[in-house]
Amino acid sequence: MKDRIKLTDMSRQDRKPLTHLENEDLMPLPYPLDSPEKDHAWAILSEKVTGSVECGLDDTCAINIPQPKTKEEEDELVRKFLAGLDKLFTRENNWTFLQPLVLSMEHCAKCQTCSQACHIFEASGNDELYRPTFRSELVRRLYFKSVKHGGALSAWQHGDIEINWPLVARLAELAYRCNLCRRCAQTCPIGADNGLVAHELRKLFSQELGINAKECHDNGSVLQLKVGSSTGMSSLVVKDNIEFIDEDMMDRTGIKVETPWDVEGADVLLIHNAGEILAWPENPGAFALVLSAAGIKWTLSSELAGYDSINYGLWYDDAQFARVAIKHAQAAKKLGVKKIVLGECGHAHKALSVIADRVLTGDLNIPRESSMTLLRDIVMNGRLTLDPSRNAFPVTLHDPCNLVRLMGVVEPQREIVRKICPEFREMEPHGVDNYCCGGGSGFAIMSGNNFQDWRFHVSGRKKMEQVLNAFADCMDPSINKYICAPCSNCKGQFRDMLAYYDLWNKNRILYGGLVELIVNCMVDAKPGFIDWEWH
Amino acid sequence: MSVLVYLALGAGTAVFAVATAARAWMYARAPIHLRWELYPVPHEDPEKVKHGGSYFEDKDWWTRKRHYNLAGELRVMVPEMLFLKALREFNRKLWYRSFPFHFGLYILAGTCGLVFVAAVAGLAAPALMAGPLGTILQWVYTVSGVAGMALAMVGAVGLLHRRLTDADLKTYTTAGDVFNLLFFLVAFGVLTAGILLRSPGDPSVVALVQGLLTFDRTLQVPGLLAAGIVLCALLAAYIPLTHMSHFVGKYFTYHDVRWNDQVNLRGSAIEAKLTEYLTYRPNWSAAHVGADGKRTWADIATTNPWEGAKK
Ligand code: SF4
Ligand code: SF4
Repeated sequence: MKDRIKLTDMSRQDRKPLTHLENEDLMPLPYPLDSPEKDHAWAILSEKVTGSVECGLDDTCAINIPQPKTKEEEDELVRKFLAGLDKLFTRENNWTFLQPLVLSMEHCAKCQTCSQACHIFEASGNDELYRPTFRSELVRRLYFKSVKHGGALSAWQHGDIEINWPLVARLAELAYRCNLCRRCAQTCPIGADNGLVAHELRKLFSQELGINAKECHDNGSVLQLKVGSSTGMSSLVVKDNIEFIDEDMMDRTGIKVETPWDVEGADVLLIHNAGEILAWPENPGAFALVLSAAGIKWTLSSELAGYDSINYGLWYDDAQFARVAIKHAQAAKKLGVKKIVLGECGHAHKALSVIADRVLTGDLNIPRESSMTLLRDIVMNGRLTLDPSRNAFPVTLHDPCNLVRLMGVVEPQREIVRKICPEFREMEPHGVDNYCCGGGSGFAIMSGNNFQDWRFHVSGRKKMEQVLNAFADCMDPSINKYICAPCSNCKGQFRDMLAYYDLWNKNRILYGGLVELIVNCMVDAKPGFIDWEWH
Repeated sequence: MSVLVYLALGAGTAVFAVATAARAWMYARAPIHLRWELYPVPHEDPEKVKHGGSYFEDKDWWTRKRHYNLAGELRVMVPEMLFLKALREFNRKLWYRSFPFHFGLYILAGTCGLVFVAAVAGLAAPALMAGPLGTILQWVYTVSGVAGMALAMVGAVGLLHRRLTDADLKTYTTAGDVFNLLFFLVAFGVLTAGILLRSPGDPSVVALVQGLLTFDRTLQVPGLLAAGIVLCALLAAYIPLTHMSHFVGKYFTYHDVRWNDQVNLRGSAIEAKLTEYLTYRPNWSAAHVGADGKRTWADIATTNPWEGAKK
C-alpha cells in the first residue's frame, strides 16, 4: 500500500512528484475496460520537461511554470504569491468572490463528507493528493498564517504550513487537478466549497503572477479578445465557414439553409462556441436549419467575440472573464436584439447567464436564454414535424455541470430527448447529481505534456464508467449508440476519451449534440443526418 | 465564589453574543458576490425543485413572475438544522456521532431556556412555581438536561474517537480540533459532576440563576459546580471564535451562496451595489490585468488590451 501523502509533503524541497499512479491503483471500470493491464500505459514526462518546469506534484504537468534559477527568484515568487493571497481577501481586489471564499476558509469542519462526491478522488483510487479538501486545507492554513497573521496559537488551532517555493509551485499545479464541477460542494453539510477554493487559487496565480494554463489564456481568452475567437477565426473566416456549412446542410438534408448575419432587431442573437464551427460543423448547421424551419427571427453576429460564446476567464481570471462577457453583451446591444441565446456550450451558458449577471449593468444587461429552452419550445409545441423512429438507437444524456448543477437547466433537454429518442436511458446518477465529463474547467482543451493521460485515466474515468453502465445492455458493436452531450467542451472530452479507448470502432459508441438528434428525425429532412461513420 | 460564577456566566454569554453577532455582521456586510448558486435551490417553483431546475428552464424567463417559495426553503432548512440531513445522506458513519452531539447541544440550549423561565417565574410568582406547574417544569428541564448532556457527551466521545482513529480524518485534524472536543467533554463532565454531587443544602440550578438575576452574593456555590459553570461559560465564549461557529456561517453559505439566485434587474438595488463595486480600484500585479491601483474595475473590464493587435 502506498504511503498516504501528508499536507507537509507539499513543502518538500526536492522536485520529485508526491504521487505516482499506476493503472492498477485506479477505480476499476466495467466491461470492456475492465482489465487495467490492457489499459494504455501513461506517457512519462521527458527529462527536458522535468528539468525545466515545475512538475513536483504528480505524473503530469498542466501549466509549465519555469523553474526559478536562483533562490532570490524563488523568494520573489513566494513574496508575490503571498501578496496575491492577501488581495484575494480584500474587497477592492476580490469583491467578486470574497464572501463565499471567506466562508469556506472559516467554517470547514474537516469531516471529509465531500471526498466521496469527487470523481477525481474516487477515480484515482482515493489518492490523498486529489481529495477535495487537500488543496483547500493548504489554502486555509495559508490564510490563517499569512493573511490573518496567525501566530503559534493560530497554528495550534488551524495547523501550520511551511511556506516556500516548492509549496507554491505545487499548489499552482494542484489548482489544475479540479474540474470546478462543485459536486463536492453539493454534499457539504456546512456549505463550504472546495471547487471555489481551486477557482480562487487559479485566479490568484493568474491575476498576480501571470501564471495560468496557456490553452485557457494565451490561446483562449487573449486570442478571443485579439481576433474574435479562441479558434483564431476572424469574422471573415467564420462567415466563410458558415457559408460552407449552410451548403453542406443543403446537401445532407435537402433543405436550403441560409444563416443570417448581423440582422438588426432580430429576436434572437445565437452565439455558438466557435469550436463547434470547426470541430462539429453539423451542430451550428442543425441550429440554423431548426431555427429557420421554426420561423424564428434570428441572427449571428460578426462582432469581435460576438460569434464565439466561450469565456475561459470563468475558470481562472476575473478580468478576462468580465472583458469577454462585456464583448458578448456589446455585440447584442449593437444589433438591438431582444435576447441572446447560447448554443450548446455549458460553460458559456453559466458564464453569460449566471456569473455575468452581476457584471452587466444598464443597457448591457440584455436577457440571455438557454438554447435548451428554445429548442424545447420548438419541439414540444409541434413547430417541426418529427419522426422519432429515425432515432431508434440507444441514447444517453450527459449533463454538463455548468448547465445543470450550476444553472438549473435540467428538464428542457430531457423533454426533447424523451420525445424524440425511443431508446433513451439515463446515466446514474444524473441531473444535478451528475458527474463531470472530466474535461471541465478547461481540461478538455488542455493537452500539453502528458496531461491527456491524466485527464483520460483520472478526471474522465467516472464519466466513462457511467457511459459504459448506461449502455451495458447493448455493448454489441452491431448496435450504434449515442451519447448526447449538449456542450462543446464535454463533446471534446468524449471525442478524446472514446478515441483513446477505441470505443467507436469496438463498441460503436458515438457522441454528439442535442440539435443533431432533432434534425435527424425531421420528416422534411433526408434521413440519416447523424453521420455514424464520422467521429 | 458566587460573584465569580456570576461574572463568568455574564461574560461568557456576552462574549458569545457579541462574537456571534460580529461574525454575522462581517459576513452580512461583505460585498454581493458574483452568482455562485448550486441547484437544487429550494425556494424555486416546487415543480422545478423536484428535479433541481431553475427559472432558466422557462422560455423568456425574465418576463415571468419569480417564485420565492419559503415553505420549500423551510422544508430543507429545518431538517438540515435539526437533523443534519446532508450529513445523514452523505456521511452516515459520522452522522451517528455528530447528530447526537448537535442534537444534545440543542436540547441543552432549550434546557437553559427552561431553567431561565423557571428562575424568573420563581421570582415573579413563587406561589405558582411551588405548585404543580413548577413541578412539571422541573421535571421537563431535568429530563431534557439529562438527555441533552448524555447525547452531547456520547456524540463528543464518538467524534473524538473517530477523529483520532480514522485515517481519512487524521491528516486534517489539528491539535485545536482535538482540544475543542476535549473542551466540550471536560466542561460538560465537570458541570454534570457539579450538579450531581451537590450536597443537600447547596443551591439548585434554578436558585443559581435566580442568584445571578438578583446578584445574591450570599449564595454558596460548591466548588465543583462553580468550576463546571465557569468552564461552560468559557466554552460559550470560545465557540464563536472558532470554525465551530458554523451555525452562523451556514446561514450565509446556504442563503447567500448556494441558494442566492437573485437576478440583477435594471435599476435594482443589486445593480446599484454593482455600480459601486465597479468603481473599486484593484491592484493585481499581472500585466494583462492592467490594474495599477488607479484604474477601476469598470476601466479594466471595458478595456481590451488586445483589440486591433495582430494575431
Ligand atoms: S468542505 Fe464540507 S464536507 Fe468537506 S470536509 Fe469541509 S465541512 Fe466537511
Ligand atoms: S469541484 Fe469537482 S473536481 Fe473539484 S474537488 Fe470538487 S468534486 Fe472534485
